[in-house]
Amino acid sequence: MELDPILISRIQFAFVVSFHAIFPVFTIGLASYIAALEGLSLKTGNPQWERLSRFWIQVFAVVFGMGVVSGIVMAFQFGTNWSNFSLAASNFLGPVLSYEVVTAFFLEAAFLGILLFGRGKVPQGVHFFAALMVATGTFISSFWILSANSWMQTPAGVEVRDGMYFVVSWAEAIFNASLWPRFFHMALASFLTGAFVVLGVSAWYVLRNRDVDLHKKALSMSLWLILVLAPAQVVVGDIHGLNTLEHQPVKVAAMEGNWERSEGVPLLLFAIPDQENQTNKFEIGIPKLASWILTHDADGEVPGITDVPRDEQPPVAIVFWAFRIMVGLGMLMVLFAVWGLILRRKEAYLHNKPFLTGLKFMSFAPFIAVLAGWFVTEVGRSPWLIYEQMRYADAVTPSLTGGMALFTLIGYILVYALVFAAGVYYLMRVITVGAPSHDEIVEDRLERRAKRPFSAASAAWEAEETQS
Amino acid sequence: MSEPVFDLTIIWAAIIAFGVIMYVLMDGFDLGQGILFPFAPNEDARDVMMNSVAPVWDGNETWLILGGTGLLAAFPLVYTIFLPALYIGVFLMLAGLIFRGIAFEFRFKARTSRYLWNWSFAGGSIVASFAQGAVVGAYIQGFAVENGRYVGGALDWLTPFTVLTGLGMVAGYALLGATWLIMKSEGEVQEWAYKITPPLLVAVMIVFAIISIWTPWVDSFVADRWFSGITPIYILPILAIACAWKISSSVRKRRDGSPFVATMGLFIFTYLGLLASKFPYVVPPSYTLWDAASAHESQLFLLLGLLFVIPIVLMYTAWTYWVFRGKVRAGEGYH
Ligand code: HDD
Ligand code: HEM
Ligand code: HEM
Repeated sequence: MELDPILISRIQFAFVVSFHAIFPVFTIGLASYIAALEGLSLKTGNPQWERLSRFWIQVFAVVFGMGVVSGIVMAFQFGTNWSNFSLAASNFLGPVLSYEVVTAFFLEAAFLGILLFGRGKVPQGVHFFAALMVATGTFISSFWILSANSWMQTPAGVEVRDGMYFVVSWAEAIFNASLWPRFFHMALASFLTGAFVVLGVSAWYVLRNRDVDLHKKALSMSLWLILVLAPAQVVVGDIHGLNTLEHQPVKVAAMEGNWERSEGVPLLLFAIPDQENQTNKFEIGIPKLASWILTHDADGEVPGITDVPRDEQPPVAIVFWAFRIMVGLGMLMVLFAVWGLILRRKEAYLHNKPFLTGLKFMSFAPFIAVLAGWFVTEVGRSPWLIYEQMRYADAVTPSLTGGMALFTLIGYILVYALVFAAGVYYLMRVITVGAPSHDEIVEDRLERRAKRPFSAASAAWEAEETQS
Repeated sequence: MSEPVFDLTIIWAAIIAFGVIMYVLMDGFDLGQGILFPFAPNEDARDVMMNSVAPVWDGNETWLILGGTGLLAAFPLVYTIFLPALYIGVFLMLAGLIFRGIAFEFRFKARTSRYLWNWSFAGGSIVASFAQGAVVGAYIQGFAVENGRYVGGALDWLTPFTVLTGLGMVAGYALLGATWLIMKSEGEVQEWAYKITPPLLVAVMIVFAIISIWTPWVDSFVADRWFSGITPIYILPILAIACAWKISSSVRKRRDGSPFVATMGLFIFTYLGLLASKFPYVVPPSYTLWDAASAHESQLFLLLGLLFVIPIVLMYTAWTYWVFRGKVRAGEGYH
């Protein structure tokens, strides 16, 4: 049997990067949340904030660890499996990825040590600063990596000589056409992920009647957050789509399942795309809506998949369905945000079983939406690795055999399965154990103060405590 | 290839060389904890070992990533020949780093399954260190290339010579780990670290000696460089041997910090010796620094940023080491 190194490399890359992506989207959101909790704790001195913060830092530590180890794999995937691509694009990719390391990864790593182990060794203000730096690092990191990815989607600022890319304008290359929509869409996705996980876990505690006073704070905060973020994501998603329509029309055609370029195109709710016959088998749609969304005119023209020859078409079914999963989940998030608003009065959300149970399950939704979104983006680009310039076949490592690629693919699957199972198991344990008790925090603070008599920590709260 | 632009390429070679030695020294001592893990006297000692590196290991490993992306940026040919040529070895190294990386978090959360994470930490560290040593050996050996592409087989890198360099790296990291532990621990754990340092030193010196004698046989270029007359580079092995002597004498005198500093010296001089042997070849025997360099404007664009950012990185990294200075005791540290 001939094993195709290209196909296996694609599967391998999709697998390792999807696995990796699960963790950053969560840690980006959670890092900011922890920074906010640390800030509140510093400002008010109320031990409740520190309890929440300590609890979520434990979750963060486990998830961040898995993000780091899977990320290191990514840094080498380009060279091991796509060495021709890496060589051709090195003049741009190399500097960009290096900037990511020096401006983001070092920052995250150094201040992570302080965040996890530094409480009591540094003043509280510095600890808060460390939380801020970790959160900042995650954003800088996404900026660079998304710039690299966006450049592959909408290449700019380069010229090709002898098969090598040379950068003629760094500004055009880094701030390429799809960077900002992608960055904001991803940033919102990360915040939504953080918020929905916090909501789900807090709802679990409330349902079990554990520590309700504490976790309702998190619940209430995050409900406000998604009320803003979920609708914002729909708007940004729309802008992102319009940008894609301009630069990668065939991808949009695949998302809409529209084979022939035409006017007054319906928005398909369901269809079975049939690549073989270049048509859909089964269609249920809302007339003219796709035209209206994409061109703001009910009779506007929408590009078709058949605008390009067959060998330049992406696999339509994957793009079509992944897009519907993402948008569907996005709408569901808006629904929950509004539902939460309705239940605001007299804290009714604390007693509404269906709502809390729903939130519990919604903690998975953003992860699925994020992966679906990336599948739209990446599969919708194929067969191009660099859009309309380089194909997979020209990108793969020449010395790579199917057998080698398969060996490492199976290796990664085994290793990641183990890591993931253990990670989920220990996360469950962190959640079951719960937040440290109020007394524990107070004791800890006294001890810390004995060690650092001049620390200003929690002065406000102590004043309150002595009064009452 | 691009026009040879002398200055920039040399500066970049220095930066990459700096990044690599930073990685070796820093991740070396925390990988060393993993290598020594199975031999620790008891579970409390293991707690101390792990806590002594827990706040800093992630930053240490970041130098490895910088090595990778820095090569891609400044010497792409090295990146795109080494990684395909070392495909299986790189996978083993990454798998090792994964297992040891997650062990930090999981070991302290585990109750009955703690021994599993001890093995994960130890096994991962040993495999990753061995793979890194083998990479060094493979670099000395050279690669089969044509037209800037690797054309050899999947396991060409695995030879008796690279096995030896792999073992040498394991022994070397263990030595770094042991002397780091002398500095960071006290009481029983420190006593144990003192005890294992001399035999580790002997092992390292023997392996280094064999490698030094063997290398000129593997590579006539190296033979020419060292044996075609007296050269100033003879100072490097002499300094390395002086460091070894310093390690042994300061252990005898029960000094806390000097064994670690001297071990770093041993690594630095050995490493400089290696660089001196191969300069200016980066993909032996085919390509020099200048053949492998990226476009001038790319080297410049990144350099301008690095000159700015790297000092800041070094400053806050040093600060975190300072925050966690002093001895680590059992039962403190992990949240
Ligand atoms: C910097 C670049 C970059 C970034 C940030 C991402 N990808 Fe990507 N992706 C690629 C660069 C790339 C690539 C190098 O272009 C690949 C590898 C080989 C290939 O098929 O294209 C690719 C392929 C690829 C494929 C296979 C497409 C196909 O075979 O048709 C999937 C499903 C994903 N990616 C998914 C993701 C996910 C879930 C990401 C979330 C982090 C992600 N990508 C980020
Ligand atoms: C395919 C491209 C990618 C590569 C090569 C890559 C590379 C890496 C590497 C090497 C690390 C480890 C850094 C460390 O040790 O601290 C890492 C972690 C991280 N990556 Fe990625 N990554 C990719 C995709 C992404 C994407 C799409 C995002 C988000 C937008 C992202 C965001 C992060 C963040 C925030 C971290 C910090 C660790 C964590 O939060 O778990 N990465 N990545
Ligand atoms: C509900 C309305 C939404 C719309 C209209 C929308 C639109 C889009 C579009 C058009 C793309 C592909 C862009 C391209 O490849 O050029 C995309 C990608 C993506 N979407 Fe969405 N989206 C929505 C909701 C969400 C939600 C709720 C999440 C996650 C929480 C999400 C996460 C992503 C991600 C991670 C990507 C891939 C990265 C990128 O290209 O930005 N989306 N989205």
